[in-house]
Formats: sequence, structure tokens, C-alpha cells
Amino acid sequence: MQTNRRNFLKLTAAAGGAAMTPFAWATRADAQGLETMVVASGQTINSLDLHRTGTNRASYQVAINCYDRLVGFGSRQLPTGEMSYDYDTIVPELAESWTISDDGLVFTFTLKPDATFTDGSPVTAADVKWSFDRAVSVGGFPSTQMRAGGFFRPDQFEVVDDQTFVLRLDYPSKLSLPNLAVPVPFIINSKVAIANATEADPWAMEYLHTTTAGSGAYTVTRWDQGQQIVYDRNDGWVGGPVPEIPRVIMREVPNNSTRRALIERGDVQVSFDIPDRDASELVGTVDVFSTPIENCIHCACLNTKFEPFQDPEVRKAIAHAIPYEAIFQSAAYGRGAPMWGGPTEITDTAWPRPFPYATDMDKAREHLEASSFASGFPVQMSISLDLASWMEPTALLIQESLGQLGITTTVERIPGANWRTVALVDKSLDFHLENFGGWLNTPDYYFFWAYQKDRLFNSSNYDNEEVHELTEQTLHMSMDDPEWAPLVKKMFQIVIDDLPRIPLYQPALNVAVNGASGYEFWFHRQLDPRRMTGV
Amino acid sequence: MAGRTRAIGMRLAQTVPVIIGVIVISFILTRALPGDPAVYFAGAMADAESIQQVREALGLDKPLVTQFFLYVGDLAQGDLGRSISTGQPVLTDLAARLPASLELTLSALVLSCLIAIPLGVLAAVRQGSWVDHLCRVLVTAGVSLPTFFTGILLVYVFYYLLGWAPSPLGRLDFIYFEPPRVTGFYLVDSLIAGDLETFAATLRQLTLPTITLALFTLAPIARMTRAAMLQALSSDYIRTARAAGLSRGKILFGYGLRNALLPVVTTLGMVFSFVLGANVLVEKVFAWPGIGSYAVEALVASDYAAVQGFVLAMAFLFVTLNLIIDLSYALIDPRIGFDTK
Repeated sequence: MQTNRRNFLKLTAAAGGAAMTPFAWATRADAQGLETMVVASGQTINSLDLHRTGTNRASYQVAINCYDRLVGFGSRQLPTGEMSYDYDTIVPELAESWTISDDGLVFTFTLKPDATFTDGSPVTAADVKWSFDRAVSVGGFPSTQMRAGGFFRPDQFEVVDDQTFVLRLDYPSKLSLPNLAVPVPFIINSKVAIANATEADPWAMEYLHTTTAGSGAYTVTRWDQGQQIVYDRNDGWVGGPVPEIPRVIMREVPNNSTRRALIERGDVQVSFDIPDRDASELVGTVDVFSTPIENCIHCACLNTKFEPFQDPEVRKAIAHAIPYEAIFQSAAYGRGAPMWGGPTEITDTAWPRPFPYATDMDKAREHLEASSFASGFPVQMSISLDLASWMEPTALLIQESLGQLGITTTVERIPGANWRTVALVDKSLDFHLENFGGWLNTPDYYFFWAYQKDRLFNSSNYDNEEVHELTEQTLHMSMDDPEWAPLVKKMFQIVIDDLPRIPLYQPALNVAVNGASGYEFWFHRQLDPRRMTGV
Repeated sequence: MAGRTRAIGMRLAQTVPVIIGVIVISFILTRALPGDPAVYFAGAMADAESIQQVREALGLDKPLVTQFFLYVGDLAQGDLGRSISTGQPVLTDLAARLPASLELTLSALVLSCLIAIPLGVLAAVRQGSWVDHLCRVLVTAGVSLPTFFTGILLVYVFYYLLGWAPSPLGRLDFIYFEPPRVTGFYLVDSLIAGDLETFAATLRQLTLPTITLALFTLAPIARMTRAAMLQALSSDYIRTARAAGLSRGKILFGYGLRNALLPVVTTLGMVFSFVLGANVLVEKVFAWPGIGSYAVEALVASDYAAVQGFVLAMAFLFVTLNLIIDLSYALIDPRIGFDTK
């Protein structure tokens, strides 16, 4: 099935076939009109401009709702029946069609001729270039994300004429096209932005921080920082089918109990990103969607700098001693997907995948006795206070279980503002919990961030030359390449044996809906109201 | 009168070192916080290069002393700096959020005074009666119930179960627009605009959080009123007044309560300053865009300018408050004169 979708992607790209694209979400005939959708969210929006330094995750939704990209992702039904975006289907947004040169280095996009910004001016290739130049130049997160797709410098972007935009790569990569559909490379009305830029602020960061200048499905008509953001529909949107809901109000409600009361009473239609516990208890009362977050795994990490963890038998002992089921039930309330007890033989390239370890104290003891630390050892286990809701119960359960082996753990709680520095930058935590998730949904992308030497999320200091090489080889290789799958399976096998990270479970993004429909999961973990409808 | 003006001037002059101390200490303390704002704001995916870019953009690459003088220089021009997490000038943030907190705190204090002072007086006058017992129960309950618990309980009963209260969604339901800004207090602004509907809506939103906070602040005020009243009523001048055959009302309110008010006003000042900073939990439960949650979020993110701005604003507020309380002493008790100081 996956291969079919991928072939299809190629077909549409080659044929430039915008008309054939399946808008799976466009066919909901039974939907009744919903004039205003109110969404309660615990997060606060701190900028209307994703490119600004310090813009938080919740603010990405503005880039999604109020701006367009050249391309977007299609949607598909998950095996559970829930809807999700589809990583393997790239659909046009501002681009009407595109071609990719045979060597995979030159992308030529033709823009939709009728695309206009909300001020009425047409969207031109110059706007695309200005926006991409901005994303690679401003530094910080947007530039890092652009680099993942192979976009490094402004000279890679070229305006041919008003409708034609060319993108040149230094090397062909399967990540380039999907990376154009993530929130970062959104297209800004460069005329408006330049008019509001100053010498000190050539990219109009000040202006776009509080005002949107896009061509997206919605515009921000009101933003009360710390309270609410109000989106009104852009009826002239050409990036996709015009949304059904004319107005969306996002209210910030920090308290989980309050949000729960609001959704149960039906005063809000969506309560976004609710705790696992509320999700499990709300089932049956309102519609609850718990979608395992793609390419994201909650892990227990063993730092290779810590002497006992250099012994493979110790690592195996720990992998067998972790009480997976208890953790999954008490930290995640059964929401998400188990990552233990998988098959020993690797026959597919699914990722995240359950590792072939399960709770078995006898096996754990055998492994520990075979190691040079048969009588156990003391170790400090670190958790982040920002993520205490799952890390705290997980750490306590692991602590109890390892205690039976003679491995005595003390739990150290690190403040959120400090966590990243000690865990990811200094990589100085011996035993800790970690939750990396990659936006681009390929295993090699996860390996790039979490298993390659010195990468940010490789908090275990894992250093395996073969894995490093395999990741380099597979990262940009097409997934249809016959070489890809065997190489990826080899990578899997090595890290399953080496165990620098022990997967616990795949977390879920929980959303409660009461009085609306058409919810779809997105990798960026924000609500996409463009495809939502009334009941 | 000239003496009083000079005395006020003296009091104001005494606050200058306090403010300077607050500026220095808040600057040093924020820098001593664990966590690196450049790392925090560069985002999860940032590499060393982008962190350095952020550090330079925030001016955190300069030596501490330089940063301090830059900060003081900005401060002298009335610029509190820019919050990184909200992306707005700290002054704008404070101007938007302080009135929300003040409106809530003041309404709660008014409500709790309206209940606590008569209750305390009655409890003192009828010692051992049912009023006294009621007072004791309320005081114990008020102190022992944490505000977030009372808040959630009230939401559960009056919003979720009964549906009497409006959705706990901040200062105003989203179907209303906030009144044209004059004072920042929605109750006042809506009256100025002559918009009774918005006034009523604001009042409805205020009810539950106000009751929550009032329950909490009721306890110290009622206790203090009762104790001060008991002391006043057993004093010599009350006995004299009784002997002189003054009316019961005159004795109770003219001599008893007036003398008992001093410690009550002191307590009120303390409760006010305490509650203004400490009602974060109530703000969270009712999605109230107040200053407490702003400060906590700024602290978590090591947002230096916002934390310093908050501390400074609070310092100013307390200094003003103390001044007002001192002045009101002189009004309540003529023996406390400024001239003698």
C-alpha cells in the first residue's frame, strides 16, 4: 500500500497532475454548518511569525492556518479508523504543478495563476523566493529545519518568471519535497513585508510578529496574547477546498480540569492536546482521538559514558527488567502504542517498532549475572520536571523494578529550563528518559537525530561507526530504492542489540471533540481546522 | 498640612534605596536562575550555531556588567525591555495583565471585607454564640482549603453540574468584545462606555474566581477583626464610655471598631500584596490572563526581562500600598501623626 502511494506521488509529480489529487477530506456531504468553532488549548501562542526567535510550538498553527506552502500533505485513514495527514502523498497548495529533473537536483514549480494574498495582490515567484531566503537566513529553528531538506542558501532559489520558481539542491534527497510541506517554508506577501522592513530589521520580524501577510485559508482577525486568537475564513483561498467553518476561536485554558468541564458541557467544540488520563476517562462521553505520534518514542536512555552501561549484558538486563506494561498503563493510561515484546526477526521497515524485549526478571538476572556487575551498582536516573506527567511514574516504576536486581537508582528531577542543556547538549546524564520525535516520517531521519554520533538527541553518547555510515547512506536515498530496506533493517538490528535507547512506548496526541467532526492528526501536533466541519 | 506633605516626601525618598535594591537583586537573581534562555528559545532542534545567533540577538553574549548598565539605561527611559516568550514589550504585557489581576484581587478583597468585618465584629460582640462558631468554621475552612481546590470545586458545582455560572474562560465570554480601554478594569470601562450588557457579562465571569479568592482572604481578616475587636471592647475607654451612658452603637462603632481597625488595615495590606502575587492557581483554573501566571511562565522560560519587570512592578505596587496604609493610619488614629516622625 505504501509503495503504491509513493508511486502515485511520483506520478503526480511527473505529470504535474494537480487535478487528479485525492482530496479525501473534501467529500463529507452529511456535515452540518458550524458557524464558530471554539477550541480550548492549554498552550499559549506567543507570535504570529514562526521564523521569529523564541516562537513556541503552539504558534506554528498560525503558519498552517494563515499561510500556504508550495505543497501540502494529503490525508489518509489510519488502521484505527482515525484520520491522519499522509506523509506519502504530496498535494499542491500554492504550486499548481511541479517537475523534478532526472538527477533529482532541480525542482521547477508553477504557481497557481489565481492565487492571491489576503490584500488582493497576486502570489508570485518573487514572494516564494523572499520567503525561502528569509527562512534560511534568520537562523535558529527555521534555518535548521530548512537544512534538513537540503536548503542552505538563498542562491538555491531562483525566480524564472512570476509563475515559475526553481529550487536547486546540492544533492538529491527524498526529504526535500516533504520538507516543503512542513510549516516552516510558508509563503509571505513580500511586498507588504518589505514595505514594513527597516534597515535593522530587513526581514520584517517586528511587523510579521503581530500581523499576518499570507494567502492561507484563514486570517487572524484578533489576537489577545495570553487569551485567544480568532481566525476568520479567507473565502478566496485557492490552496485547497475552502474550509467549512467560517470562524475558529482558540482560547487558552491552562487548567486541565477546566478544559475537561468545558468540553464535557459542549461549550467548546475541541479540547486540544489533553492529558492521557483525561483522554482515557472521556472515552464514551465525547469523541476522543488518541493518535500515536509518528516517529516519536518515549525512551529510557543509557549513557555509554557511564561505566556499567558499557557492558552489553547490563544493558540487556535493564531492557528485560523494565516493567513496560505497568509504565504504559500508569504513565500513558494505555494511550499510544506499546514498544516492547516485538518479533526477534526484522521483516519490515516499520518505525517506531517494538523491540524484542519484554519484562522478564529471570532473564534480567541471568544477563546481570553474566556481566561484570553481578551484584548491581548505584545509578542516578534523571527526569525533566516539564515532562513529569509521564516521566515521574515511569521513573518510579523503573526504580522499583531495578531495585530487585540490586541496581539502586536515585531519581533526580531537573527543571525544564535546564533540561535541554544537561541532557542534550552536555549529554551528561547517566540514566534518563527522553522523548524525541521527528517531523519527517522516515526511520533514517530518526536515526540521524537520535543515533548518530554527537547529534542533539543522541543523549546516550552512542557512537557506532556502522550505524553512522548506514544513516548517512539511507538519509537521502529514496525509500523505493531496492538498497534502502536492507540497509535500514541492518540499522535496526544493530541498535536493538546495542540498546543505547530502550523504547518504552509511542506516545499519543489526545484530542477531545464535542460538536464538530473531521479531526485529523498532523505531525506538527497542532490543530488543522481547515478540514474540520460541523457534526 | 505642610508637615504632612514633607512627611510624605520623606517617605517617598525612603523608597528610592528600596527600588534600587530591587533592581540590583532582581537582575542578579534572574541571572542566577538555572537554565539558559538562548538555548531555551533557540528551540529543540537548534544546533550550536543557531544558539549562538540567538544569544547575540538577545544581547546575552555581552559581559554581565555591560548587560546591567544597558538594562538600567533602558529603565531610566521607561523601557522595561522585551519579553522573549510573548515577544512584546514588558510594559505592554504588564499594562494588559496587571489590571486583570488587580480587578480580581480588589473585588475579592471588597467581598471578603464585606463579609469578614461584620462577621468578626459580631463574633467578638456575641462571643460563644452561633455567629462566633460560624466565624470559626468559615475561617478554618478558608485557610485549610487551597484556592485551586475551591476554584475547581466551584467550577464543578456551579458550571459543570448546575450550569449557573458562565464558562470559566477568562475575563469575558468570547461573544462579547472588551470595552474601550480607559482603566483596564472591565467593570469600570464598561460603565464608562455605558455598556451595561458587557458590565453584566464581566460581573458574571468575575463571580466564581472572586468567591474563590474571597474565601481564602476572608480568614485572616475575620480573625484579625474578631481579635482586635475583643481587645478594644475589653479596654478601659470602652468601660468609661459605657459608664458615661453612651449609646451601644456609638460605643461599638465609634470607639470599638475605630480602634480595632488599625490591625485590620495592616492585615488587609498584607493580604492584598500576598494575594496579588499568589493567585496564580486561581488564574490558571479560570483562564484568567493575570500577572501571576505571566510571572510563572516567564520564570520557567528564564525570560529575564519579564521576570525583572514583574518584580519591579510588584515592588512599586507594594511601596505605594504601604504608603497608602501608613497614611490611612493617621486618618483612623489621629494619635499617629506624621509631624512627629
